[in-house]
Amino acid sequence: MSRRGSPATSAKAKHRTELLRQMLRIRRFEERCVELYSTAEIRGFMHLYIGEEAVAAGLMQALSPDDAVVSTYREHGHALARGVPMVSVMAEMFGRVTGCSRGRGGSMHLFDVSRRFYGGNAIVGGGLPIAVGLALADAMRGRPQVTACLFGDGAVAEGEFHECLNLAALWRLPVLFCCENNLYAMGTALARAQAETDLALRASSYGMPSWAVDGMDAEAVAAAGHRAVETMRGSPGPCFLELRTYRFRAHSMYDAERYRDKAEVEHWKQYDPIDRLTARMRDDGELTDETLTALGSEMDTELDGAVSEAQAGALEPVEDLTRFVYTEQP
Amino acid sequence: MTAVHTTYRDAIREALREALRDDERVFLMGEDVGRYGGCFAVSLGLLEEFGPERIRDTPLSESAFVGAGIGAALAGMRPIVEIMTVNFSLLALDQILNNAATLLHMSGGQLSVPLVIRMTTGAGRQLAAQHSHSLEGWYAHIPGLRIITPATLPDARGMLRPALECPDPVLVFEHGSLYNAAGDLDEPADAVDIDNAALRRTGTDISLITYGGTLPTTLAAAEQLAAEGIEADVIDLRTLRPLDEASILDSVRRTHHAVVVDEGWRSGSLSAEIAARITEHAFYDLDAPVERVCTAEVPMPYAKHLEDAALPQTDDVVAAARRVVG
Ligand SMILES: Cc1ncc(C[n+]2csc(CCOP(=O)(O)OP(=O)(O)O)c2C)c(N)n1
Repeated sequence: MSRRGSPATSAKAKHRTELLRQMLRIRRFEERCVELYSTAEIRGFMHLYIGEEAVAAGLMQALSPDDAVVSTYREHGHALARGVPMVSVMAEMFGRVTGCSRGRGGSMHLFDVSRRFYGGNAIVGGGLPIAVGLALADAMRGRPQVTACLFGDGAVAEGEFHECLNLAALWRLPVLFCCENNLYAMGTALARAQAETDLALRASSYGMPSWAVDGMDAEAVAAAGHRAVETMRGSPGPCFLELRTYRFRAHSMYDAERYRDKAEVEHWKQYDPIDRLTARMRDDGELTDETLTALGSEMDTELDGAVSEAQAGALEPVEDLTRFVYTEQP
Repeated sequence: MTAVHTTYRDAIREALREALRDDERVFLMGEDVGRYGGCFAVSLGLLEEFGPERIRDTPLSESAFVGAGIGAALAGMRPIVEIMTVNFSLLALDQILNNAATLLHMSGGQLSVPLVIRMTTGAGRQLAAQHSHSLEGWYAHIPGLRIITPATLPDARGMLRPALECPDPVLVFEHGSLYNAAGDLDEPADAVDIDNAALRRTGTDISLITYGGTLPTTLAAAEQLAAEGIEADVIDLRTLRPLDEASILDSVRRTHHAVVVDEGWRSGSLSAEIAARITEHAFYDLDAPVERVCTAEVPMPYAKHLEDAALPQTDDVVAAARRVVG
């Protein structure tokens, strides 16, 4: 017990505990996915988020349930932190009809419109125009929501990136562009793909407030997210966050990682966002071993439940293969 | 001449290596072709051998680097552009259709575009709708392009050379499920013909017409049919544009029955084109209507049982052939 009184009572401690909880959930979820992949219960392309959890955990805290989120194929963490139930994400990985996309999407195409979670897009840069459109609709209807659009540093090279920043700035649309700069697009290091590697600087050339943020620090991400969202709610127009982060695992399950040194990965592991927050909370007497153990077992329970429910989930009947090609009229 | 044991993937790499070695105008560019070794490991090791000038990693900008390939081809180079999958080629569709396919015509014959674009196509690996479609039939719609689809090891090895010699843009579609196909291949390899379809099996009762990833499916169906006493011609189109109509019609005139197997969607597909040509030119040789086995008209689902149900399977080909032969 801490000298400063019982842990997890102050608002700050609560906030931190929640960030830690989300990051741990995402990591445990993905570690389990790796096991399930090795037993072939999960298939297809699977891109792990391990190392980058601070971004999802921090950012989602800054958004309200009415805000929209547009994501990429590396979106397990985004979906979970956004509140998409773990069981429906897991069932999707298993290709079950109980999955959030009825087993049709898989790892790369998680959707939960009830939570304004608009995917899950496996075309690099493909989500940006959609985010602009969602924000346009909100702006036209006079709604106060913002749309957070997540994408990687690789997307910055696509024409659509520039077209969308321009359009959002020109029309003063509430899009929060969130670039998860993990330094690599598959095997291509940022510096090998970009003439100017300061991405926040580039976004600012479109006339929008842009910040570079330590993406390995969940608190810093949450603070930057709050600031950006407040800026956008106060005066219309987009903002840009460059979240400097790192993925500890390979690009996908097929990647032999020939393009980067083991030493580099080890170096970045010193900034593991979970370890960093844990250490900070311990230093401030906000985290006890008991809390950590409790969090761990809470997560095991949730995960075990999600896996067994997913395993037990039904498959879509083959006769329904051609459903959802056109909208079903009642 | 010796035979080496190899794979489809390695055969394509060998073809690339030979092209890079023999002609200094040839270079390879695309996303992750260098340091990563190619997203399907096709170009693995070529960076070390030929250096970053000729094995050129590009940023994620399909339209820009395909367009740059066109420009370089106009200026006398022989670029080989790799697009990871056909899905991403849609970001470069403007360059492919509005420039590569049309410059020769619009310039009154002044500008040839000797460009090779390679890409992966097809489903079967549970990659869901944004990584699994077979769109080569769309590209085969476009005059000015040559569309080739290697389905065998000799074709994987031998089609690149004539593609590079071709003065016009050639799009090479490599089916993702073929990369690990293994077998023996003669070395040094002969260039193969990219003008004519190949008869992969001969029979007297029915013509099974296919290409690319569905060739193995179709050959397996032909074996099953043979066990029932139905002998099939199996035609591998190889080149989807210009289409080798003569080979198709020759076969149909002998067998009087035809099934087209195409992993594209049925409506407005290459299979529709082939069926139409058979009806236009060999209607009175037919003993039954032409049937088609295609992918179900859905975006490709992730779940395996749904993906299997969507794709042409051996049993579907056998069943269609039985119906046609009656
Ligand atoms: C338009 C397009 N081109 C290529 C690809 C293949 N691809 C998938 S992920 C990826 C790397 C993207 O890197 P980045 O945007 O930095 O995101 P990260 O994977 O680092 O999260 C590539 C090239 C694709 N999915 N879409």
